[in-house]
Parts: sequence; C-alpha cells; structure tokens
Amino acid sequence: MNVHTSSFSSVSLRNLSRGFGDKTILKDITLEIPKGQFVALLGESGSGKTTLLRALAGLDDDAVTEGEFRRPANTSVLFQDARLLPWMSVIDNLTLGLRRADAKAAALAMLEAVGLGDKANVWPSTLSGGQKQRAALARSLLRRPELLLADEPFGALDALTRIRMHGLLFHLVEQNKPTVVLVTHDVDEALLLSDRILVLKDGRIAEDHQVDLPHPRSLGHLAFIELRRMLLASFGVEHNLI
Amino acid sequence: MTDFISYPYLSGRLEKTQSAGDQQSEVGKAVRLTPRQLPTGARLIGPLLVLIVWEAASRLGILSPYTLTAPSAAGVAGYGMLADGTLLPHLLASAGRAYAGLFLGVTVGIILALLSGLTRSGEALIDGVVQIKRAVPTLALVPLVIIWLGIGEAMKIFLIFTAVLVPVYINTHAALRGIDIGHVELARTLGLTRGEFIRKVALPGALPGFFVSLRLAVTLCWTALVVLELINTQTGIGYLMNRARDWGQTDVIVVGIFIYAIFGLVSDTVVRLIESRALAYRRALGA
Repeated sequence: MNVHTSSFSSVSLRNLSRGFGDKTILKDITLEIPKGQFVALLGESGSGKTTLLRALAGLDDDAVTEGEFRRPANTSVLFQDARLLPWMSVIDNLTLGLRRADAKAAALAMLEAVGLGDKANVWPSTLSGGQKQRAALARSLLRRPELLLADEPFGALDALTRIRMHGLLFHLVEQNKPTVVLVTHDVDEALLLSDRILVLKDGRIAEDHQVDLPHPRSLGHLAFIELRRMLLASFGVEHNLI
Repeated sequence: MTDFISYPYLSGRLEKTQSAGDQQSEVGKAVRLTPRQLPTGARLIGPLLVLIVWEAASRLGILSPYTLTAPSAAGVAGYGMLADGTLLPHLLASAGRAYAGLFLGVTVGIILALLSGLTRSGEALIDGVVQIKRAVPTLALVPLVIIWLGIGEAMKIFLIFTAVLVPVYINTHAALRGIDIGHVELARTLGLTRGEFIRKVALPGALPGFFVSLRLAVTLCWTALVVLELINTQTGIGYLMNRARDWGQTDVIVVGIFIYAIFGLVSDTVVRLIESRALAYRRALGA
C-alpha cells in the first residue's frame, strides 16, 4: 500500500480495526491525509467505507486503533440523510451548537451561498431532498471545518440535483480548503471531485490513486476515461458493457 | 416483464393500461391510504349519535327512567342544580382535587422521566419503582394512604397524583428512550454540550410522547374521584353521585356522568390545541 507521509498531514491513522461480532469490517487501516486534500473513499456496499468514516468522525466508540489517531478537532460530518432537526427552522438548524458571535449573520450568508436564502425561517419538512442536503452542507461548512467528512451525501438525490451539488460542494470547498473525505460508491463522483481516490475492499485499502487532472474536469478527458476504466475494472465492471 | 419498466416516459402509459380494467379508479391518482383530516367539530358526531339513540330509547319507553334517565331529563336536572347553586360547590371541590393531583402528577412524572431517561443512575433507581407502582391498582393503596395521610384532602390528592404519575412517566420516558439515534450522532458531531443536547434535541424529540401522556392524564385525574369522594367528604361529584344512588336519583347520577364526559372532552380538546401549536412543525397525516 502506498502510504503518504507528510508533516502537514490532517488525518493520521495507524492500524485501525473494527469488527461486529465475529465479522471483521476494517482490518489494520493505516492512512495519512495531507491538509487540504480531497479524498474520495470508494467501495461497494459492505466494503466498510461508512464504518471507516464513522471511526474518523469519532462516532464509533468501539473502533480500535493500535497506533496513533490524529484528526483536527474542528471536524464536520455530512450525513447521507440531511439530519435536520424537524422542530427547528432551517436557520436554527444551521446555528445549532455554533459558538460564534455572528452565528446568525454567518448562517444567513451561508444559506445565501447554497441558494436557500429565502428558506431561513421555514420548517425543514417543507424542503425538497436536494434543498435539505444543501442546508446540511451549509451547516457543515458554516463551522469552517478543517476536516469535512461526507458519507454518501448525494446518494439519495436525483441525477440532476447530484450534478448541481457536485458543483456547489467543489465551489464551497475551494473557498476554505478543508481536508475532505467523501465516501461514495459513484466512480464518476470520485473522479470529478477528488485529488485522491482510495478503493476500500474487504476492510482494507486496496488501491490508492492520485487524480492529477485539472479542474473543471471533463468526462471526456482521456486521462479521466482511462482512470475510470481502471476503477470500474477493479470492481469487476467491464467498461465496454455500457 | 413490463412490471419492471420504470422509465418515466412509460409510466403514464402503464398507469392507463392498469386502470383500464378498474373503472373505479381515476387515471394517475394514487389510492389514498390515510383518512383526510377531520373538519372541526366532526369528532362530536359519535357522541351526539349516542345521545340521540339514548333519548329515543327513553321516549319510546324502551329505557325506564328508573334504569337510566333520559339525557334531556338529566339536562333539566343538571340545569336546575346549577341554577339553585347546589352543583357548583361540588364541581369546584372535585375540579380542585382533580387538577391539584394532575398538576403534581404531571410535574413529578416529567421530572422522574427526565432523570430516568437521561441518566443511568436515574433509570436504575426510578424505573423499577414506577413499574411496580404501575402494577398496583390505585385503589389498593387507599387503606395505606389513609393511615399515612388521614382521610382528608391530602389523601385524595395524593392518590390522584400517583395515578396520573404513571402514564406521564411511561410515555415521556419511552419517548426519551426512543430518540432518533441519528439525532444523537448529529448532536455529537456538532459538539453540543449535554445541556444543549437535552434542551434542543432530547426534549423536543420527546414532546409528542409527552402530549400522548398528557391526554391520558387529563381524563385519568377524574376517574379516581368517584371512589375517593366516598371517603369522609360531603363535597364533590363523586359524593353527589353516591348519595344519588342511595336515594335512587338516576337523573343526578347521569348529571355526574355528563360532567365527567364534558370535562374529559374539553380537557382533551385543550391538550390537542396546545399540541397542535407546539408540534406545528409536523405536517399531520391527511393535512
């Protein structure tokens, strides 16, 4: 495995293991992520990618690390379901737990940035799926995280909304340059957004690719097509079938 | 297998094909699985129907006035008792006992549910005790409580309090325990303090369960009264009804039943009203 070492690493993880009962989900995961890197964690269902993300988020009390585990204290998590509290207005959801004097103004500006400027005072139940996820994205980025952990945040959205969300996420991440770990099973999503793609297989990091393509990326770029073919092949999908 | 075709441009045609065999269903309209919201006051249709049948049975001579007074006769009797001032002191005495017990029961029930639902030691200390109390009928405690508190007001209010406490505790505790684990995780990642978590996440999440318990409690507080007002008192609806039994006044008994019914209905309506304000974020079924 290709281990990236850097004195400027944001996330540093050695020998993380996690099992449920007799079943091993993650086995000796070792990972270094440099500051500001956009990492896509790619894997099929059941490959352990969500488990790894939850461990990184500090939500898994039973994950065992034998070595060191460092991550920034200021970490935001973007869940697959938006997880807005239904009994609070959208703006109150954004400012929940935010300890900043200008919390409200900053939240309004962030809502404006994700195109929900007129939705500040509505109940979350009145938002569409895409709008909810945009509000959740705004809540995450409002905290100016050093590390953004996203667990298939666009998995439940329709194809068109997903494309717009990719643009929005990329644009917003460019502004503050947090380190990002994006869990996804969508090869194209990983290729469009990330600087590095980790392929998780059977609880191990099976592949580690640098994606050195310039932004904005084009699906027609030759290097893109080649990498896509390779990644799909590693999941046993032959490119020429589709 | 055309059933598996789900392309949007085909779905219209498929729906038409399916509904062709079923003349009843409108094209493109899904079957409504939940009832439409009830118009205001429609909830009274059932009780009114019972009243009409009852009145009719009395007038047709099917129900003898010695068995059961007609609702109209009870209404006249009740109005008479109100007019000559004999009813009001009993009503106030009963309402005072019921609502004092309700207030104490709801307050202590919430406090115990919070302690038990949000702390481990609280659950260890409280939950078992309340479950045991739940298994013991309120009236079985009467002799014991008379020894403790005497036969005055304190005993009556105390027993109503213990009766109300149980459903408030059970429902609120269950709601706190059933909190969405996703919301707990969110609170952790947002770095909420324990106090913030309780105020902003746990309590609002448990509010629907609490309102269910409150609706049970506002009627339950009246139920123990009939028996409790047999003991050393000359005031209260329960006393009035028991005296009427001795004197064979079925109209006064029915007046008492009506008072319970009206108080129950009004209390329930008030709680529903508060509930719909407090839980305005929920788009109700059928709305």
